[in-house]
Amino acid sequence: MKTRILGVAALLAVIAAALFGLYGVPADLNQGDAQRIMYPHVASAWLAYLSFGVTALAGIGWLIRRDLRFDAVAVASAEIGVLFTALAIWGGMMWARPVWGVFWQWEDPRLTTTALLLALYVGYLLLRRLSDDPARRATRAAVVGLVAAVDIPIVHFSVIWWRGLHQPPTFLSPDKILHPSAPLPFVLALVGMLGAFTLAWTWLLIRRYQLARAELAREDAVRGGLVRRASAAAARPGVAARPAAAARPGLPTSDDGGTPQPKAPAEATQ
Amino acid sequence: MSDVGFVIAGYGVILGGLAAYAALLLLRLARERQHRPPGDDGA
Repeated sequence: MKTRILGVAALLAVIAAALFGLYGVPADLNQGDAQRIMYPHVASAWLAYLSFGVTALAGIGWLIRRDLRFDAVAVASAEIGVLFTALAIWGGMMWARPVWGVFWQWEDPRLTTTALLLALYVGYLLLRRLSDDPARRATRAAVVGLVAAVDIPIVHFSVIWWRGLHQPPTFLSPDKILHPSAPLPFVLALVGMLGAFTLAWTWLLIRRYQLARAELAREDAVRGGLVRRASAAAARPGVAARPAAAARPGLPTSDDGGTPQPKAPAEATQ
Repeated sequence: MSDVGFVIAGYGVILGGLAAYAALLLLRLARERQHRPPGDDGA
């Protein structure tokens, strides 16, 4: 119920922030109407950073605690991060064409490292599909998530370290956003969009986490069925049962923080 | 294309993309919960 309320609040906040960015703020003196794209673009970029940061932290959590709930947070955040990175790139391109005269420039370090960030986390999601073993998958993903996270500060500081078309960073430079000379409507539009998108991100993360947990539970159920079939086959005379996946060491059970193993039908009815 | 055209394309794809992902996510969640194994509370 709380998640539903959060979802409605996020929806209303995003609509209000978008309307304010489109109609409530005057056109920029230099950039004209194109500047309005900056609000969702900057908010999307902020949430891309946040998402991949959360993925890295959750990966560390998995490596230390071996609790699959950390892995569920990691995959949820990575998928949402890919979405926001793609949206940030799109918004940037729509702003760049009227202001810079080009949609994209590969020589620009911010653009190129952001494209790399997107590719890295698409790869992260693809890598997760290579293994059916939850523990092995979580470990591989945690390592890749940590290595890929190195690109986050590179993206952020690329505009300081190298020369390119992109302007200096907006984040971690609050004096730029909240400078006394900045007109109040511009500041409100940016802060409002950041808040609204962060609310939406929180709701998406909760829902995607719930989906990841449900997928794990289904995997456990399938694995439990394989174990029961293998046990039944082993009980029949003259049939050699193959070891089932769940019998292998290292797989999570309800004891080590994984999703609960489903009960056998006979147990469940008791 | 005018500046306004780029603004519409920018906002349209960003907000539309968010809405589409949210709808798809709810659909995936509903489908997954239909296949919830017995004894799982879905937490």
